[in-house]
Formats: sequence, C-alpha cells, structure tokens
Amino acid sequence: MRSELVWKVGGEQGSGIEKPGEVFLTACNRLGYYTFGYRNFMSRIKGGHTNYQVRISHRPVSAVGDHTDVLVIDAKGAQESIDRNLAEMSDGGVILADTTMKATVPEGARVQLMTVPFHGIAGELGSDLYWNMVAMGATSAVTGLNLDAFRELVQKTFGRKGEQIVQTNYAALERGYNYIKEHYADVPHLQIAPISHPQVRPSLEGDYAAAFGALAGGCRFLAAYPITPASMIMEWMAREVPKVGGAVVQAEDEMSAVLMAIGANYAGARAMTSTSGPGFSLMQEALGLAGLTETPLVIVDVQRAGPATGLPTKPEQGDVNEMVYGSHGEIPRVVIAPGTIEECFYDMAEAFNLADRHQCPVIVAMDLTLGMGKMTVENFDLSRIRIDRGKIMRSEDIRALTDGFLRYLDQPDGISPRALPGTKGAAHLSSADEHDWEGRITEEQEIRTRIHDKRLRKVASVDFPGITWHGVQDPNLLLVGFGSTTGPMCEAAERLNAAGERVSVLQVRRLWPFPAEEVQPVLERCPHVVVCEHNATGQLAHLIRAECGGPELPGLRKYDGDPFRPAEIERVGKEVLNNARDNNTRIA
Amino acid sequence: MPETTTPVSPKAFASEWPTWCPRCGDFGVLSALQKAAAQLGLSPDDVVVVSGIGCSGKINSYFRSYGLHTLHGRSVPVAQGVKLANPQLTVIAAGGDGDGYGIGAGHFMHAVRRNVDVTYLVMDNQVYGLTKGQTSPTSPQGFHSPTTPNGSADNPVHPLRVALANGCTWIGQGFSGDPNKLSALMVQAIQHRGFSLLNVFSPCVTYRATIEENGEKLDVYQWFKNHLYSLDESYNPHDRGTAFSLLLEHNDLVTGVIYEDTTTAPYDSFLPGYTTTPMAELAVPLEEDSFAKMAAQFQ
Repeated sequence: MRSELVWKVGGEQGSGIEKPGEVFLTACNRLGYYTFGYRNFMSRIKGGHTNYQVRISHRPVSAVGDHTDVLVIDAKGAQESIDRNLAEMSDGGVILADTTMKATVPEGARVQLMTVPFHGIAGELGSDLYWNMVAMGATSAVTGLNLDAFRELVQKTFGRKGEQIVQTNYAALERGYNYIKEHYADVPHLQIAPISHPQVRPSLEGDYAAAFGALAGGCRFLAAYPITPASMIMEWMAREVPKVGGAVVQAEDEMSAVLMAIGANYAGARAMTSTSGPGFSLMQEALGLAGLTETPLVIVDVQRAGPATGLPTKPEQGDVNEMVYGSHGEIPRVVIAPGTIEECFYDMAEAFNLADRHQCPVIVAMDLTLGMGKMTVENFDLSRIRIDRGKIMRSEDIRALTDGFLRYLDQPDGISPRALPGTKGAAHLSSADEHDWEGRITEEQEIRTRIHDKRLRKVASVDFPGITWHGVQDPNLLLVGFGSTTGPMCEAAERLNAAGERVSVLQVRRLWPFPAEEVQPVLERCPHVVVCEHNATGQLAHLIRAECGGPELPGLRKYDGDPFRPAEIERVGKEVLNNARDNNTRIA
Repeated sequence: MPETTTPVSPKAFASEWPTWCPRCGDFGVLSALQKAAAQLGLSPDDVVVVSGIGCSGKINSYFRSYGLHTLHGRSVPVAQGVKLANPQLTVIAAGGDGDGYGIGAGHFMHAVRRNVDVTYLVMDNQVYGLTKGQTSPTSPQGFHSPTTPNGSADNPVHPLRVALANGCTWIGQGFSGDPNKLSALMVQAIQHRGFSLLNVFSPCVTYRATIEENGEKLDVYQWFKNHLYSLDESYNPHDRGTAFSLLLEHNDLVTGVIYEDTTTAPYDSFLPGYTTTPMAELAVPLEEDSFAKMAAQFQ
C-alpha cells in the first residue's frame, strides 16, 4: 500500500470545482493524513479550465505533487480537463469521469478511464449538487480511503440542514462507491494505507494563518482593497475582528488602505494592510511616509505573477526588489519571509513587534502558493506569542522628563521613544518633511545628515531569524530560496539525499536587513549553489550577491505561472552534481 | 469631561510663528481654528491635525496639538485611520484645494460617503502656492499660470456639489476674511458626528492677489467680499435639494452651513464589535477562549 496519493478534480471554472476539492482535503485531513491543496484557477468567474490538486501523505507535505494519481473530471469541459492534465498523470493513474461525457483519452495513454454516472445518480437523488458526493464515493472505491470520513464530514456540514439531506448525501457516497466496485476491478497500486491512530490537525491556507497570527499578535485594525491572492486575509479579518473588537475597512484603493493603517498605527493601534503586487506598487509613496515619520506599519504582500496585471491568479516571487528597495528616498524597513503556513502565523504576530520596536514599515513577503495553498499543520501555540510594543512613553513618563519631550531624540540604537496622541504634555509634530529632533520641519544640513543616519540605524538591531537551514552543514549542493519554494526545495533535497547525495536547503527568512553575516560564510563553504526562485531575473540571487559579494549565483528560475514541483528542482540538482563530477570540480 | 472646566485660551494652541506670506488667507484659518478649539474646551493633547502638502499643509506646524504632516493629497485617509484607532481624539484633516480636490480627490469622495467622524478643513485659494502659482483644480477656466500660459482648459471642480451628491453629512463654507464667522463654522464642523467638510476661501496674496472683473483688477479679498453670499437664519440646511439649488444659484459663492444631516449615523456605528476604547489598549494577545474558537474552524 502506498503512503502517498495525489488526487485532483478538474472542470470548467465556475461549475463548483472548489467544493469537491475542499471536501476531499478536509476528509483526508480528518483521516489523519497530511494534506497539501493547490487551486489552479483563472482570472474569470466562469469558463476556462480550473483544477484543485490535493496531495495526501503519511508525512508532512508542503509542495504541489509532481504527478496526479486520481483525476476526477466534471462532464462540462471534460476534454479540456483531460488535455490539460494528462501529462501530469502518473503511470497507471485513474481518470474518473461522467458516463455522459464525450471526451476521449488518447490511445497509448497509460491511464485507466473509469466512467461513473455522476450526474445521473445525482439527478435520481434529486439534485445535481450531489455529484460531488458520488465522486467522493467513487474516489473512495478506487483508493481505499475510508468512506466513514466522508460520512462524518457530511454529518458535520449538513447536520443542521436535517436528516433527509444527510441521508441523501450518504446515499450519493454509497452509490458512487458501489458503482465502481460493481463495474471495475480493484486498482491495488492506488490503495493508500490508512493512518493507524489519526490525529486531527488544522489544515488551512497561508492567508488565513497570517490573518490569524495578526489577530493573535494584537492587530485590531486592517484596511485593505480586495486583490487576489490576498483577499482571503481581509475576508477572514472582516469575519473575526468583530468578535474581539476593532475595525476592518475596505478602502477605496491601496493608497488609502496603507494610509489608514499608518494613521491607525500612529494613534496606537496595531494596524496592517494586506495586498499583492499591483496594490503594493500603489503603496510605495506611503512606505516613505511611515519611514520618515517613524510610524510602525505592517504590510503583507502576497505576491502574484506580474508585471502590471500579469497573471493575477498565478504564483510568482517578482516583488523582491520592490519590497527591499521600493519607495523614493531611503527608509529603514524590515522584510520578513515566512516559508511555511506555521511561519505565516508566527511571523505575522512577530511583524507587529518588529514594527513597534523599530518604528518603521515591516513587510511580510508571501506569495500565492503560500497564501492560497492549503496545508495540514500542527496546532498553533498561543503561548509562543509575545507582545512587545517597543518604546512608548505614557503621560507619567512625560511628566518625569526634565527637558521636555523630543519625539525624534537621537539614541544610540536610533530608536526614539514615541508618545501616542492623547498622551498628556507630549503634543508634537510628526512630519513627512525632514524635521529636527523635536519634529519641526528643517532643512539644516547637519540635522538632516544626523537624523537620516539615526533612522537608517534603527534596523541594525532587528532580532528576527535571518535564515533557516535544512540539512547537513557541509553539503555538496545548497539550494537557496524563500517563501513557498522552501517546501519543494526541501523535498527535492530529501530525494537527492535518499539517492546518496549531500544536499541542504538555505531558506532566507529575512530579506531585509539581509542576513549577510549568516549567508556569506555558507556560500563560501558550499561548492555548488542553486538559487530557486519564481522570477526571470533572479531578484533573490542578485540581492544575495549585492549583500554578500562573490560570483553570480546559478539560478533555477520559474515564471510560467505554475508553482515549483519538487521533481523540477531534484532534476536540476542532479544535473549540477553530475556535471561537477564530470568536470572534476570541487565536490566532497 | 471634568465637571468644571477652566476656560482654554486660543494661545494654548499656538506654536511657532507661521512662514506664510503676510496677508495669506491661512493666517485667518489658523486663528479661527485656535479660537474654535479653545471655545470647545479641547486640550492640545487630545487633538490631532493631519495635514497634506502645500502652504496649507503647514498649519500643524503652527497649531499646537498632535500633528501629522503627511503626503500630497493623503491627509484624509490617514485622518480616518487615526480616528478609527482612537475615537476619543478630535481629528481634523487639513489641506488645500490641490491636495484635496486634485491629487486626493478620490480619497475625498470616498471619505465623504464613508462618514468617519473627521473634520476636513480645506484652504481653497484656487492656485498652487507653494510650487509657485500653477493652475489648481478650483482655478477658473481660462486661468493663466506657468502651466497654462494660454489659460486653463479645464472646468473647475465643484467640491461642495461633489460632497453633497455623495452624501456628506455636514457641508460648510467660510472665508478667511471673516474669521469670526469662520471660527463659529469650525465649532459646528468639529461638533458634528460624522464627516464634515469645511471649505474655506483662503486667498493666496502672492499668486492670486487680484481677480480681474469687467476689465478691472480687484484685490482678491475685495473680490470675495463683493461676491460671497452669507447665509442667514432663514436658510434651512437640512434639505439636499435646497442646498443644491443654492450652490447653483450662487455659483458656490456662499458662506455658512450649507447642508447638515443629523440623522445618518457615522461609519463606526456600522462596524460590528467596534468600541470607543482606544485600540492601543486592545493591542493584546487573543484570549485563550477566542483563540480556541478561531482555531477550531480549521479542523
């Protein structure tokens, strides 16, 4: 029996493909499998092909599956579903399709087509909506997944709607299951072993994890503008913030969104905005405002494929330059990059500590695969969340001052205590014009130089992990990346190591200030390095080179709108190592 | 509010002496605001003036309170964020006509319909002053300036009509040549619960010192004095149609409370779970119970 299986549902966009995907993922998660779900969709409401791939495994998975073992396709758009997904099918995989579909599988394709009257059975049961459950039943018959998990989910989802709906869903499951059993022979190589002591863990998307982390970390204000793939952050906050008090504002555009967040932070809230590339571009001017007035700010950029409107529903990591260098002039900033869904949660909470401590913009670099990919994770631990609001002076602190309050007082670490509006005796100006220690607008050269230095100095003391190292300390090949490429890089490394290689992964956790002191010695130590990133120009590779020096780093760059598959990285890794052996270059 | 309040002097709101040109209309706006704040018994510690960029944007350099001097056109969103984060503060957004009706026009219109309890003070001088006299969104058609040497082709913006059309709950207009009336308008604008727009004709004596009429150049103050129609008590500001007619009839050259809607609730009353507690006090970790409930939805 296998310990891993990749299942996918495909069909015409707008025909409700997401639903069976969600049902399958949730049921498998409840059976104790680790799951990873990835929605491939287009920027339109109806029409075009869409699919939802769910990978289930006995061990944690954090990458899209290389191959699909079971493909369920809807009758509508069946031929397109086959054409677009056939190449991804594993040898001996099964396509489950509606009996009425006109589509064909090309001769010689090493897949088995099984047809089931999805819609016929659903119609007999009274509604076409039941086809989902017929398909789940059929899936269960092919893979050996316990039908009870689907029954439980039906009870949980439809229990409130009455016994009849529950029973009809049960019937749909059973008829799908029985149809396969009656008409097709078992497929032994697709049977997945059950989890003996299932533990139900959370499964969620990175967007939700980030939103949850923000709330856990004391954020009570979000202003944003809807944008794929960041909208889920806003939608979740809009639902949950009212339960604990606060405000979620849909702004008229991303400029307004970030400015409202700046205003709210200035007034003492923990406030954020969430966006993707196009919105982040609109926020560039305001980044400077937060930087110059030394106002805390948290921005999440769930990157998608650009430029301009680009591929709005596809992954890319093309905003590295903009996050690290964007906005005119020079400002202190912190850019952190979660690479797993757990990190989305904990990093978001920590982002607010960094913003408060350093009084500057903190950008959380996410990407579409991380934000919208759904994964089984370990339970979040609230006790790990700490709140540090940095240097804030209260009315009594102000009263104790002998020389009065100076908002931008020069300090060795560059961080001046702030006083929130409402604090007695500390009324002052915070200006986006250059200003003196008190806050008054100035053009004095000496002050300008000193206060500019003071601001830029603030982030030298940032305390946030620069990198995470996965694997042996002295690898022959080092894979470098950040964000959602971490999962597929780690998986590729594992496979290469299983084949006798020495491969490790360096996950960059902090893009700015760049952890050169940690990265540079590693690069010198490792004979071969490949920087894996979702862009064409190698933005991460160039950042590393700018900060660490050294030769140009070889890159594996993918920008076709599809997330990295572990096999792609594995193949390149093998090539690099084989070439090195052929050329007798340095290898341990 | 304490039971007995010591009278506050307008001087409590004075900081450094302005760098505006002598006779600049903004002096009148500043003193009217200081007087209004004093009359309302406010404390400089509980007021935030969020300003934009331009001569007008310097107002919080000269008005003593918490001040946030922002970007060109961006004061209004920042002010809304400040107010929502701490509703106990009195929040005033301030800027010029270029700031609010040009580069910030989108924010202005949406702030109007959002109705957050912020007072927006626009010092409308119908010209870009700080950048040396270019055409502004409220400059009249045909206005000659360095950027429109042959006269501007654009029709001017009608901000009060924009505000009225989009449901602004308080609209007033004043003239910095009449600081007493202006101060009284500011008191009402600040007291209004919801978004209030107070447009102030605040002449630029450097780049729009005179206005030509019938071949004669009039001093800009004199021109406004000749043309402004001051509303008296007989005017009922509670009817939107009447307000529109009034503005059309006088080509917007009216001072007083033009429209007031006291029935529409401000934005925050539509936010479920929103309280008047400053959000600085809410910036705490989630309670175990809330955390557990939220976590449960992912299982």
